[in-house]
Amino acid sequence: MSQPSALSPVVRVRGLKKSFGPNRVLDGIDLEVRKGEVVVVIGPSGSGKTTLLRCINLLESYDEGSVQVDGVEVGFREGPGGARHRRGDRELSKIRADIGMVFQLFNLFPHLTAQENVMLGLRKVRGLPAAEARQVAARWLTRVGLGDKLDSLPSQLSGGQQQRVGIARAVAMEPKVLLLDEITSALDPELVGEVLNVVQELARDGMTMIVVTHEMTFARDVATRIVFMDGGRIQVEGTPREVLAKTDHDRLKAFLARIEMKRH
Amino acid sequence: MLFAIQSLPFLWQGLLVTLHISVLIVFFALIAGTILGIGIVYGPGWLYWPIRLYSDFFRGIPLLVLIFFMYYGLPVFKVNLNNFAAVVLALTAFKTAHVIEVVRGAIQSIPKGQTEAAKSIGLTFGQRLLHVIVPQALRRFLPPWINAVVDTVKGSALVSLVGIVDLMLAIQQVIGRTYRPMPLYVLGAIMYFVINYTLSLASRRLEARFAYIRE
Repeated sequence: MSQPSALSPVVRVRGLKKSFGPNRVLDGIDLEVRKGEVVVVIGPSGSGKTTLLRCINLLESYDEGSVQVDGVEVGFREGPGGARHRRGDRELSKIRADIGMVFQLFNLFPHLTAQENVMLGLRKVRGLPAAEARQVAARWLTRVGLGDKLDSLPSQLSGGQQQRVGIARAVAMEPKVLLLDEITSALDPELVGEVLNVVQELARDGMTMIVVTHEMTFARDVATRIVFMDGGRIQVEGTPREVLAKTDHDRLKAFLARIEMKRH
Repeated sequence: MLFAIQSLPFLWQGLLVTLHISVLIVFFALIAGTILGIGIVYGPGWLYWPIRLYSDFFRGIPLLVLIFFMYYGLPVFKVNLNNFAAVVLALTAFKTAHVIEVVRGAIQSIPKGQTEAAKSIGLTFGQRLLHVIVPQALRRFLPPWINAVVDTVKGSALVSLVGIVDLMLAIQQVIGRTYRPMPLYVLGAIMYFVINYTLSLASRRLEARFAYIRE
């Protein structure tokens, strides 16, 4: 695997714009994420956080601007004379294999066991032989505390367990960056902790992550940087200490107050 | 009763013709309908309307009209099909339209998140279909598809109207000789029923087999 130099960011977003019909969801986003960084994106619903995440692995196409992962433009191939060509399915799949994603609603494959969920990408995309894929999958599932659930179907697991399988499925591919899209929003409150602990451990091990979340305590603990989005733009950006103490920004202040109120 | 038993070998020949025609139709319609069904869900925009039009049109006209058109109508355009080819073509065209809808419904019943998760681990289109969508869609596909197969076997009785000696026409010919309709219609009904009931049982068995998804 090519090591990006310390200077080149793993993810570089430039002037990103995206509209759904007349609705501008992303209105010029600039963001750089370096290796080992954990960038937490916060903001009110409709602020474009999830869309930003989905543009990075092109689950959503973008209208203007640029998204590069490990120096490679995700959405387009540059033709002669700088013309942009949309990438085909095969090229895109190859790029996506290096970008992990964990979803709000888990999206596990219901017809496969926990182990098979993790194995699928290893076998078909990474081309590992079955025995090796089985081992790697078992190792990751054990790391997220599910060593005794290898043969369970998703329907036999709790929400928290399912989401940990979702994380194992993503990280087993050894992605260059991991995108976490409100991964605890669909969980019962008492199951949130077990999932966040796993993420915290990944952060400690140096996994590069972009995290969309409403869990402010978690954000404070795990983020190397917090980004506050509103109206399709990045409004405030800085270390957790800087951002959470920045009470002179009205919209950020209002947002943090609302979150705080919901907790009590 | 004796004549009914004596007529059995003749009816058996008719039954084989019915099965032969049904198998051909089910086979061709499955292939064509699956390809067009996948085309209507995943294909480019210019592919959508022709398939949509085809499906709506062929589901919207009576089967008998279609059979007569292929057999009596096409010669007007200098296309002369024998009666066997004409009915297979007519019924296949008709069934394909149904299979398209069954395939489309089965694929679209799978939540979008499944495709997104499959994309996010780098699976290509073919791999997403093969390993994620099809195994799940199969369960939604089988019950209505087996219904369509049962319909095909029953609908194939219409081929007797263009002179193919299938089970239906065989029955009528025996009746024509013996003037004893009742026992033969009962016998014929039982033969149709046995085939179709077996299919229904198989369908239920398969449904249970694919019931790994609990909602």
